[in-house]
Amino acid sequence: MAEQAQATDSGPRPLVPFLKLGASPHLEGQKCTCGAIFLDPKRIACSKCGTAGSLKPVQLSNKGKVYVFSVVHQSFPGIKTPYMTAIVDLPEGVSVRSTLVDLDPLEAQKNPGKVFDLPVELVTSVVAKDREGHEVVGFQYKPSR
Amino acid sequence: MRNVYVLGTGMVKFGRYPEKTVPELGGEAALIALKDAGIAIKDVEMFASGNLYQSNAMVGQRILQQIGQTGIPVINVANACATGSTAFREAFMAVASGMYDVTMAVGVEQMGKQGLLGGAGGGDPAYATEGKLGSGLMPAVFGQAGIEHMRKYGTKLEHFAKISVKSHKHATKNPFSQYRNEVSLEDVMNARMVAYPNTLYMCCPTGDGAAAAILCSEEKLKQFAGGRKRPKVAASVLTSDPYTDRDLTLPDVSTLTRRASKKAYEIAGVGAKDMALTELHDCFATAELVHYENLGLCGDGGAGEFIDKKGGMHPSLGGFSPVNVSGGLLSKGHPLGATGVANICEVVWHLTQDDRAKDRQVPNAKAGQAHVIGLGSACTIHVLTI
Repeated sequence: MAEQAQATDSGPRPLVPFLKLGASPHLEGQKCTCGAIFLDPKRIACSKCGTAGSLKPVQLSNKGKVYVFSVVHQSFPGIKTPYMTAIVDLPEGVSVRSTLVDLDPLEAQKNPGKVFDLPVELVTSVVAKDREGHEVVGFQYKPSR
Repeated sequence: MRNVYVLGTGMVKFGRYPEKTVPELGGEAALIALKDAGIAIKDVEMFASGNLYQSNAMVGQRILQQIGQTGIPVINVANACATGSTAFREAFMAVASGMYDVTMAVGVEQMGKQGLLGGAGGGDPAYATEGKLGSGLMPAVFGQAGIEHMRKYGTKLEHFAKISVKSHKHATKNPFSQYRNEVSLEDVMNARMVAYPNTLYMCCPTGDGAAAAILCSEEKLKQFAGGRKRPKVAASVLTSDPYTDRDLTLPDVSTLTRRASKKAYEIAGVGAKDMALTELHDCFATAELVHYENLGLCGDGGAGEFIDKKGGMHPSLGGFSPVNVSGGLLSKGHPLGATGVANICEVVWHLTQDDRAKDRQVPNAKAGQAHVIGLGSACTIHVLTI
């Protein structure tokens, strides 16, 4: 579970700390000198090589490719189904999990092969309002045009 | 390291017991195991208790309140779905090390009719990510594991569905199973989709249950077994997930299983071909399919063909390399903490030709294995031989 973002102003807040909002929303990871990149949760040392003090922030590409997906038909109350969940590989060599939008989930089930390696790009949208009234912004992936 | 034997086993049928408490269920399984071993609680020198949902509530000690507070050391274990098998391993190590001669492991869980597992969290629900950032719920997580296999090897929905048909067929012969109904391939394929490609029958149920095992040294075996044959724990392996590239977004249940499997076969001095039966962690049909390859029951990419040739089916049904003849998690049920000990009970019963497996007895069972995955992740493999 992602830790909640810290308040900076009265504006919208990111759903997860590794989503950076502003004029050009993007994901920010932590990169180790060994090459491994982490998104969530924040590391105090590298999960891959164990080195401490080796992690630096890195801006990640908004474009990637779908590795695998599933179509969720049953979820918690209030979550609209069916929807597509996917693992997206980014060119930096790290993968991200999020929702796929602008695709027909039932069509994807019939032809899963068409979704593998599909080029996608990051979009953001307001997904909730928090207890203090701030808009909460999440990110999804949609097929690249 | 000393040789360790399973002197007795006990299991409470998996199902729903809203009228009972967790310590009662665990205590019942323990009493059956003690009777089966031919000993009393006063003979037990150490006890490892596995339970997940009450892991902060001293379940082991409360079980002893039910069956006899002898003052022995008690360890309460939580390790996700590998909770029970990790407790078994603690009891195994306690004897293997030479510190104790007779130990007990109990796995117990009461889940009730709760819904989907995972994804929930504290704090402001506006920041809950489930459904907003894809899905971290188990059906989708394991659905993706199956889809990864489809992507690599062209595996079809039918392959996963056949696993569920097999599981249900096996379960009809197991009185300890939560579900004992047969389902057809059409039933499975046309059932409600939970998370593609897992339909309802390809997902294990929630439930309640308990299982227990008494372990002992060779010396105590001679004293208590009275000539009865009892299996040796030929290997007890526990691994966690090593760093792999996608593990944190797409939980990797394969790498740690492969590592555990290699080590278990090595230690036991046997191979996949020697396994008269395998009880593996089929929380979803997609999971069972990838573990055929992870445990070396077939080659990489060979799981689809293995299934088509009736691999994993009971020999009485024309199959070979039987997997989950108990009905597996899919039909027998998956009360989280109980699962790992129950799987070991199943293997023991086949190796000892116990009446409790009489309608589904695997012929000439000299060796078998029980595999469990706890997501997060932990993997245990126990190889038993007789």
